[in-house]
Amino acid sequence: MDNVRVIEVKRSIFESNDKDADKLRGELKESKTFLLNLMSSPGSGKTTTLTRTIEALKDKYRIGVMEADIDSDVDAKTIAATGVKAIQLHTGGMCHLDADMTRQGIKELGVEDVDFAILENVGNLVCPAEFDTGSTKNAMILSVPEGHDKPLKYPLMFSICDVVLINKIDVIPYFDFDMEKCKEYILMRNPKAKIIPICAKTGEGINEWADWLSEQIDAQMK
Amino acid sequence: MHELGVVFRIIDDLTDLGKENELEKIHSVTIQLGEVSGVVPSLLTDAWKWAADRTELMKDAELIIETLPAVTFCEDCKSEYETVTYGKICPKCGSEHTYLLKGNEFLIKEIAAT
Repeated sequence: MDNVRVIEVKRSIFESNDKDADKLRGELKESKTFLLNLMSSPGSGKTTTLTRTIEALKDKYRIGVMEADIDSDVDAKTIAATGVKAIQLHTGGMCHLDADMTRQGIKELGVEDVDFAILENVGNLVCPAEFDTGSTKNAMILSVPEGHDKPLKYPLMFSICDVVLINKIDVIPYFDFDMEKCKEYILMRNPKAKIIPICAKTGEGINEWADWLSEQIDAQMK
Repeated sequence: MHELGVVFRIIDDLTDLGKENELEKIHSVTIQLGEVSGVVPSLLTDAWKWAADRTELMKDAELIIETLPAVTFCEDCKSEYETVTYGKICPKCGSEHTYLLKGNEFLIKEIAAT
C-alpha cells in the first residue's frame, strides 16, 4: 500500500444530480413540455388536487402524469380514471426521485404527446426538496390539519417551491390553523412564493391555481 | 433520511473517478458533512459499509466523515451565531430574520487510492 495516493475530489454529492436536472430542464424547454414537480406530505390531498387540476385543464392541454411511489399503483389507477396518460414510477424504497429517474419517466410518457407533465413526488417534506428533478416549476401542498408551523419545520421545502397550495381550507374552523401566520412563515422562507388557498374536495381556489398553471404552460410552449 | 440513496450517488461518482484515474482500489473516502445537512453520520457509515462492499473498487474502504459547523447570520443585528445551539432565533437580538450561512454542505473531499 505504499503507492497509495490521495486524490482531491471536492465535489458536492448533489452536484451530478444538479447538472443532470439542468440538462433535463433544457431538454423539456426544447420539446415545449412543461414539467410540474408536485410535493407534499402523505395525506395532504395530492391525488385529489391532481384530479381537480386535470379536470380544469385537460381540454386545453395534453396532460401526462407520473406517480412516484415506493410501491403500489393505487394513485396511478385513480389518475388514469380521469382519462389522461398516467404511469407509475416505483422508487424501490427510495424516499425521493432524482433527475435521472424523472428523465426515464418522461421518456415513458413521451414528450411528443404531452404539453403538461406532472410528477407526483413521494409524500415527504424532506428528501424531495434536496433533489432537483429537472422540473420547470415546483409546487407543494400543505394541508390545514398539518398545522401552520410547517414552513418553520421544513424550511428547505418551502424555499424551493414556486407555489404553495394550502389545501383543505374547508376544515379550518375545526383546527387551530392561523392562515395569516402560515402565509407569513412561508414568505419568511421564500419571499417569491405564490400562495393559493384551495379546497380540492369542493373545488374552491382551483380556478386560481389552474390560471397560474396555464400562464406557466403557455410560456413554456411558446 | 436518504442515506442509502446518497451512498449510491457517492459510489457512482467514485466509480467514474476510478475509471478516469485508472484506480485499482479505493482505500478511504473523506466526506465533509455540514452539521445541519440532514444526513445522520452513523446511518451514512452503515449504508456505506453495506453498499461499498458490493463493489470491487470500494470493498472495505473506510468512510471518514469530517463535520463542518453550521453558522447562521442575523439580518437585523448583523451577527453570526451557532445554528445548532440557537436555531433560527438570533440569541443577541431575538430576531427571526436569519438565514443559514454554512452548515448544509455534503461534499466528497478526497479519496486515498491505488
